[in-house]
Amino acid sequence: MAAVGLENATAAARPQRPAIPFLPEVMLAALGIGAFFAFPNDLAFLARILITGLFVLSLSLVLGQAGIPTLGHSASMGTGAYAAGLFAIHVSQDPLAGLLAGGLAGGVIAVVTGALLLRTAHLTFVMLTIAVAQILYEIANQAAWLTGGDNGLSGISVDPILGVFGFDLYSRTSYLYALAVLMVSYFILRTIVDSPFGLTSRGIHSDPERMRALGCNTYRHLLIVFTIGGLFAGLAGALSAQVAQVVGLASLSFGTSGDALVMLIVGGSARLPGALVGTVVFMIVEHVAATVNPYHWLFIIGGLLIVTVLVLPGGLISVVDWVSARMPWRTFGRGARHG
Amino acid sequence: MADVLQLEGLCKNFGGLVVASDVTFGLAPGDRTALIGPNGAGKTTLVNLISGALHPSSGDITLDGRSLVRLSMPARVQAGVVRTFQLNRLFRDQTVGDNVRIAVLQQKRQSLRLWQSRADRIAVEAAVDHVLGALHLEAREGRLVRTLAYGEQRLLEIALALALEPRVLLLDEPAAGVPRGESGVIMDVIASLPPSLAVLLIEHDMDLVFRFARRIVVLASGAILTIGTPDEVAADDRVKQLYFGRDGHVSQSSQIS
Ligand SMILES: Nc1ncnc2c1ncn2[C@@H]1O[C@H](COP(=O)(O)OP(=O)(O)OP(=O)(O)O)[C@@H](O)[C@H]1O
Ligand SMILES: [Mg+2]
Repeated sequence: MAAVGLENATAAARPQRPAIPFLPEVMLAALGIGAFFAFPNDLAFLARILITGLFVLSLSLVLGQAGIPTLGHSASMGTGAYAAGLFAIHVSQDPLAGLLAGGLAGGVIAVVTGALLLRTAHLTFVMLTIAVAQILYEIANQAAWLTGGDNGLSGISVDPILGVFGFDLYSRTSYLYALAVLMVSYFILRTIVDSPFGLTSRGIHSDPERMRALGCNTYRHLLIVFTIGGLFAGLAGALSAQVAQVVGLASLSFGTSGDALVMLIVGGSARLPGALVGTVVFMIVEHVAATVNPYHWLFIIGGLLIVTVLVLPGGLISVVDWVSARMPWRTFGRGARHG
Repeated sequence: MADVLQLEGLCKNFGGLVVASDVTFGLAPGDRTALIGPNGAGKTTLVNLISGALHPSSGDITLDGRSLVRLSMPARVQAGVVRTFQLNRLFRDQTVGDNVRIAVLQQKRQSLRLWQSRADRIAVEAAVDHVLGALHLEAREGRLVRTLAYGEQRLLEIALALALEPRVLLLDEPAAGVPRGESGVIMDVIASLPPSLAVLLIEHDMDLVFRFARRIVVLASGAILTIGTPDEVAADDRVKQLYFGRDGHVSQSSQIS
């Protein structure tokens, strides 16, 4: 019953630009800055939420929009993290250049592996994405002379951002830096989702063969989606390397990909804001439940996943949609209605 | 006029089952050709061979004299050969407008654009409105496809094809499943297709076939039984045998399929 009502709420007319430009980003900034003042002692944890949120957003483009069923998205994130870490250690400590290096590395891994893997589909593709991430994990593990192996890559330090904002002990700069990168990334991803490219991606998601019968080179299109997704995952990895000042093997692990998938499904994969809602809920539940009972928090995450999948197939974001459709202003994220 | 699309000795078999056997005919600009034959004759298979969904066992398909058989499905569409589906293949969870927009973006080669200029956006929207108008679907633009009446979904299936501005249009039973009383709208749309378009129509309803076609290709068990004008085909004993001999009534097969 609830599901029917929620569907009607989203079955509105053609997509429209939000009346206020940058509205989603402004809301993001407001929430982010609110949290900054509300939880001054948890900024390190909140920064991790923002970075993971960016990672899950990139998965939302790949899986939620284009329907590419990857379970190895950590390959790009981990590669980006190691690239940014090594860049800071060996090349330059400039944080923005480091971000660029991480994003590029994530994109390159995605385009190279995607070129091969996207020739396959379904379960074969899923298995191969897992395999690629596992291979990269093992390479990082073996190449201890370069990556630190299972001790992790440490000794990463970066200069003040734009030469002004130095990283402090209380993670204030880290947090605001991550928030800024997330906002810019969100704007770019939202623009992509609302573009002809995004609409075509959703068409391929629903029926790739039909798209081919409309003249679409689906392979090329998906490869570009996969690459953009890898780029933003690499960006998230680079952020985490700079903020945590260490890169662990976990950034390439299967668990990292799996958690991101759970966050995306819990939050809702059809629209971008779902990725952020899912990340925030997952990580707070994990954080709180792990403090209360370090052994049983997975029960709660598992329960959350089951409840969303069964009761809210659109994810938690569909609750937000349902509520906002009944509000007098009806604005939240309208521009990215499909995305 | 010279043929654009030419089928040359096309053969296809699934294991032992022969579904296309030495099929040879052509389509010229402005052609209104119907392809008829009993259920399982291989009509859809022929469309699949032309569109590239299937590969022929032997034979050739040419467009303006250039072979299509090595081209991928999207490349054939980009060359101007477009099909519709006997069973609706639509983006059901998207709006009618977005369905047509997806096709228009393909036609305009703008599907990779990450950003649209105002002029491009206006041109795309004009094309979307034009196609929706031609198919009497303008009032449905904002509706999700799965909420449309079945007959409207059949119209949208044609809309997607027309949005691609094809040179050769292959219509696989566009009125399939639509009650006889409502198929008139679909036939009106087909009657008003661009005059220069080469159209191949697969249809079971003989009334519709005779209203539309200037030439009829009769297919039986994958092979061409005869090709002729509607009058010639109507007078052909083998065709009568094929239909009356099996079903006892011409239009009965239109109810079966
Ligand atoms: N992929 C396939 N594999 C095996 N046999 C197939 C395949 N596709 C079609 N056939 C068979 O080929 C024959 C021709 O099928 P086709 O769909 O072309 O017939 P049709 O003339 O379009 O019939 P209808 O009027 O029912 O649409 C049928 O016997 C069908 O069962
Ligand atoms: Mg058929």
